[in-house]
This record gives sequence, C-alpha cells and structure tokens, in this order.
Amino acid sequence: MMNHIDVSSVLRQALACDLYSNLVTRSTGAAVRDQIELLLSASRDRALTVIDFSQVSMIDFSCADEVVAKLLMRYAADDPPPPQEAYFLFRGVTEHHRDAIETVLERHGLALALEEEHGVSLLGVVTDTERSVWDAVYRIGPADAGEVTRAIAADPSDTLDALVTLCRRRLVMRVDGQYAAVGGARG
Amino acid sequence: MTNVITVPPSLDDQSFEQVLEQVAPLPADAKILVDARHARWASPYGLTALLTLAQTRAERPTLAVPEHEDTASYWARAAFFHHAAALYDLHGSFPKRTVTGESNVLLEITPITKSEDVHNVVGRVQERAQAIIRNELKLESRAIMGFAMTLSEVCQNIIEHAGQGGWVAVQTYRWVKRLGRRVVVIAVCDAGLGFRRSLESAPGHLPTSRWDDAAALEEAVIRGVSRFRERGRGQGLAGARNYVSRWNGKLSVRSGTARISIIPSWDDDVPLAEGLAPFPGAQVQVIIPEAVAEGAER
Repeated sequence: MMNHIDVSSVLRQALACDLYSNLVTRSTGAAVRDQIELLLSASRDRALTVIDFSQVSMIDFSCADEVVAKLLMRYAADDPPPPQEAYFLFRGVTEHHRDAIETVLERHGLALALEEEHGVSLLGVVTDTERSVWDAVYRIGPADAGEVTRAIAADPSDTLDALVTLCRRRLVMRVDGQYAAVGGARG
Repeated sequence: MTNVITVPPSLDDQSFEQVLEQVAPLPADAKILVDARHARWASPYGLTALLTLAQTRAERPTLAVPEHEDTASYWARAAFFHHAAALYDLHGSFPKRTVTGESNVLLEITPITKSEDVHNVVGRVQERAQAIIRNELKLESRAIMGFAMTLSEVCQNIIEHAGQGGWVAVQTYRWVKRLGRRVVVIAVCDAGLGFRRSLESAPGHLPTSRWDDAAALEEAVIRGVSRFRERGRGQGLAGARNYVSRWNGKLSVRSGTARISIIPSWDDDVPLAEGLAPFPGAQVQVIIPEAVAEGAER
C-alpha cells in the first residue's frame, strides 16, 4: 500500500492557516509530524509513504528535526516498537530544504530514501557497505542476499549484515524472502 | 534624581556597551533619562537593544529622541518610536511612523512573543531578502534560504529560552566605515533569562568549576548544548554559526556579562569578551557581507 502526504497541505491543516508555506519553528514541526502520524495510523500494517516537500518553500533546522528526524526515529526504533511497519520515500526536496534536512540526519545518524529527477538515492549517514548494498538492491530490483552479494562482489556476511541493518533502518524492505529498496521496483 | 545615560552618536553592538556601562551601577528602580539627542546613526542592534534596555528597568525610563531630523526620521521608519512609546516617556519631536517602502529596512522592529510571529517575520523578509542577497550581496541562491533559516532560528531562541518576548529587526546598508561593502544585518534582542540561567534550568545540570556567562555561551553557541536534553535540540544556533561561516559573515551573541563571536577575516573583534557590564537576556547579531572577488578581501 502506498500513501502520499503533501507536507504543505499538512502544514496548512496543522496551523489552520493558508498563509504559511514555510516549515519553521519547532512547535509547527511537531504539529505537522502529529498530523503525518495520524494519517499513517489509518494505513495497514506495512505501508510505503511518499513525504512530498514539493510545495514547501523552506524548512528550518528545528522543524526538520521534528518533521524528518523524529518521524524516521519513531518508525525505525526497536524500543518502543513502532506502531506499524512504515517506510518513507522523500520527494520534492530541493536545495531550499537540503541543508536543514542533511544537518538533522547527520546529528542523529539517520538516512532516508530521496526521489529526485534521475532516480532514488540515500541521503544522510550510511556506511560505504550499506550504500553499495542499497545501490545494488535498487539497481537489480527485489533480490535475495546471494544475488546482491554477487552483484557487488562482496563478502556474503558483510552483505547480509548490511541488508539487516538497512531493513532495520527502513531503507530496504523484505518481501517474500527478497530484499527491495525503498523507492525501487516493489519497494 | 534622574540619571542621564548618554547614547553615543553612532550606536551599534560595540558602542551600546557604553550605554550599559553607564546603567550598570544604577539600581533597577533608579530613574534614568536615555539621552539620544546627539545620536546620528543606529544599527538594528542599537535600536532593538534600546527597547530591551527599557524592559529591564523597574522605573519607566525617559528617552530624549534624536535632534537630527534624518536620524529621527530613520528611527521612525524602523518603527522604533512606535514601540518605544510603550516603554519610554519620549521627550522631543519625532515623525510619525511612515511606510515608505524604503529598501534599507528589510524588517522594521518587530516583537517576537510566539511561534506565529516567527512565521510572519520569515514570510515578510523572504521575498525582499531574496532580491537583496542575490542582486546586492551577490551571493548564491543557497544563501537566501540559509538567511531565512538563520532568521527563524535566532527568533525561536527568544520563544524557547527567553521566558518573555523580544525584538527582531533586519536591515541592509553599505557599511562604509568598517567594510566599504554592503551588508545585511539581523538583530534579535530580549531581556529574558539569558543563556546561563536557561542552561542552569536543564534537568540534572551540574555547573563546572568555571561556570559563568562566558561558559554558558560557549556551551550553547559552540557546542550546541540546550536546556532540553533531547539530542536534536541546540541545532538552531549551530546552524546559524555554520551559515555565517559559510558566507564569511559574523555572528555575535551577548548574554549577561559576556559576548561570544564567530569572527570573519574582515573583522578584528575578540572571540570571547568577558567582564562586560551586566545586561539581562540575550542579544544576537548576524552580519552577512556582500561577496567580493577572491583575493580582494581586506
């Protein structure tokens, strides 16, 4: 199941105001995240949600911390367990948002799948192995660990470790025994 | 008895210290007359700090307004008298607030008391700042959003930490005396808790052996420490610091008896000034200069 959340619409709902298109202030960010979580709670156990920034003029650090970092942390956490198995694909992130989002990802050691004109890539903190494994899964489509290992000519246990980590971080999903990158085919 | 506090002819973050040195020995309930009759120029910091000064006084102070017509006119356009009338007894004649559309004042003095004020400020400044940063400061488009983010974060500092409202003003001008270049300046001042008291209110706070205003500023501005223990807190000033460094700007934060500054090559201020005259709250200034060709830096 795939959801689409237009962050600027959520912003207007959260503030009950049509005047603002900037994601600024921590309290605004918290209100927007609450709205997003409310929308997610209506979806099934496993869902991929597109978080769309296309209509957002700008975002500051405090708001990025609330909207992006806390959202990712809640749904990739082990303790407490997340309310459902949610995956996020970020869209419409331009240079007007990138500084703030990258800063908070770095601060918390997080990463996200970002859809841009030429495809999807990871933004944030990942190891070289995680990135190369993720790129391979995205490129070859749903695959088992052996296929990924062969695609990047890596050590099988390193590949498996990276896949497990990427699944825990909600950057890769496991479907019918295969791994699919968020934003890739079937992911 | 009324104590006369003389405002220097050129009022900015540095010369405002002369004002505070005169006020410091006086009890909060002493009657003061802030004599700005001979003031000829004031930065956004100078004007917002004068409003903040009035908020620190138990006894309503008096302000003698600038005698020079151009100066009074400029202070009126920056909305200084509009706000000062509620805080000072104003002596002397001054123009009514006029909306001229003058390009120098990007944001007239505006009170910040709640989150919506930050939305309004960022929204109002964004469009005009875009034209000025691109066309006059000749900076890349990334600088425009960073400017709005920095403005937002320094304003939020008031809401999150001051415990009371504050003031913000944004202005652009050619800084002939110091730089010979155009600059855009953000000034944000409040008379609230200040950094030391804010950090002391953190759960489990244990003061170090050297715990004072300077140490608190180092914690907050350099190390990104906040009174909130959440990991994501304290990024606002860190973000502002990164922004000014990237665009060769200057950030200074004064609180209590200390001031910490991120200093670019064109400035000779000290990184940390201690033992200043006490002043409640926090006063922040961001200066972003016009870009110059490599090698042309003073």
